[in-house]
Amino acid sequence: MKIVGLSGSKVGSKTRTAMNYVVQTLSEKYPDTDVTLIDLAEYDIPFSDGRNYLEYEGDAGYVTKTMMEADVIIIGTPVFQASIPATLKNIFDLLPEQAFLNKVVSMLVTAGSPKHYLIAEQQLKPIITYMKAQIVQSYVFIEEKDFYLKEIINDDVLFRIGRLVEDTVVLKNTFSEIRKAKEAEYGF
Amino acid sequence: MEKYRIDPSKGLEFGLYTLGDHIPNPLTGERISAEQRIHEIIELAKLAEQAGIDFISVGESHQEYFTTQAHSVVLAAIAQATEKIKLASSSTIISTSDPVRVYEDFATIDLISRGRAEIIAGRASRVGLFDLLGYNLRDYEELYEEKFELLVKINKEKVVNWSGEFRAPLKNAEVIPRPQNGSMPIWRAVGGPPASAIKAGYAGVPMFLATLGGPASSFSYSIEAYREAARQSGFDPSELPVSTAGFFYVAETTQQAQKEYYPFINEGMKVTNGRGYPKQQFAQGADKRDVMNIGSPQQIIEKILYQHEVFGHQRYIGQMDFGGVPFDKLMKNIELIGTEILPAIKKYTATN
Repeated sequence: MKIVGLSGSKVGSKTRTAMNYVVQTLSEKYPDTDVTLIDLAEYDIPFSDGRNYLEYEGDAGYVTKTMMEADVIIIGTPVFQASIPATLKNIFDLLPEQAFLNKVVSMLVTAGSPKHYLIAEQQLKPIITYMKAQIVQSYVFIEEKDFYLKEIINDDVLFRIGRLVEDTVVLKNTFSEIRKAKEAEYGF
Repeated sequence: MEKYRIDPSKGLEFGLYTLGDHIPNPLTGERISAEQRIHEIIELAKLAEQAGIDFISVGESHQEYFTTQAHSVVLAAIAQATEKIKLASSSTIISTSDPVRVYEDFATIDLISRGRAEIIAGRASRVGLFDLLGYNLRDYEELYEEKFELLVKINKEKVVNWSGEFRAPLKNAEVIPRPQNGSMPIWRAVGGPPASAIKAGYAGVPMFLATLGGPASSFSYSIEAYREAARQSGFDPSELPVSTAGFFYVAETTQQAQKEYYPFINEGMKVTNGRGYPKQQFAQGADKRDVMNIGSPQQIIEKILYQHEVFGHQRYIGQMDFGGVPFDKLMKNIELIGTEILPAIKKYTATN
């Protein structure tokens, strides 16, 4: 199972910190999975100009190809100006329509204010749905107060990250079984 | 229709097209040489002609996993190797070519083939060739519109006066040689959505519509929009031929056809387009109402006749060689087309 953790921002450290916990939990609980963490702060990616993702070179080519080859994508995003950051939206724009078909996608959100709780529900989920993902419905929402010196200091958040990772892998396994059974019926 | 060398009383024209893809056979992992692939395409055209197929076309694609970048050269070889079958591009990327040179090439192919050549001009679904050939992707639409217009003008006028943004002006230019009858059919290649079809209608030129998968009724919106746009621009839609193009594969049973062709389409789409073909949608493709002509001879006959009823089109062309399908399978396809599919289609669509 190929899993990509995507830290969707070039600004700040909270999302990346939380994604480190996700990757750590994955490697501890599911050592057989193949996990790649992509932190957009480490890449130089142009805005989408509409070409097929296979035609991008360099960082944009690497990031899009790695995501397209993944079975599972765990998206980490901060909330800026009551929305997802442009860096993350650009990744969606670089990918083809239905890019997440047959992939499981789950989400983790960091924010400076609890008022942003529904941003993922109202702005991120519709994009991921449009791109045809199997979505893990519950996401982890983490506030500024849960972090201190690039660590998570709230055990409840750590428990929630544990559940997110588990739900993501369980959905992937379940969905794969269902799909396999369905496709066997087609006979080709 | 006569102007476009089509006689509807003879029924729906049936053709084949290749994009000239050069992809490893997914079942063996092996890829034939580019040399062999090109020879097989020429051979395919000869076999298609012998089977009574009306038309064959070769595409231009400059990306990895393709081999007919110089598609007009391949068409010239086919022109020499055949006698009756109509020949065209599917499509010529006019945006990144000089319309004068394209016209010279295809007029020459028309003379070699004694009046069988046509041009289908498109604007590329992939854009790597803009870098390769030195064009700016930001001019995607302008390049296509300007160059397509010039191509059509050269076809209509013996002496051309023209100026535009992307090419040096033409002053009393005579583009020669002329095709056998002075002009040749030039079609506009159109993807799925009506917006593109409408532009073909405004220009009053015949339309080639790509229909990979999905219900025929969805594509009929584009055809209706095309005819309506032509009518609004003062053209008579009954004088403008429409052709559709899409996946084709025939075997003894529909199940067998799906089983044989799916791995080629799925793997071929992965390497050329970055995504496989969803099995669920492919499975739905067997339905009579879906445009994908993959199935038993009887199923395909029913589908094509149904599409003819919905579209009222003059030509259908099928892509059966995508993704590295071995040549013996292509021969089997041609045999079934010639012995079972063509006679039925002609019988039910010809009016004389």
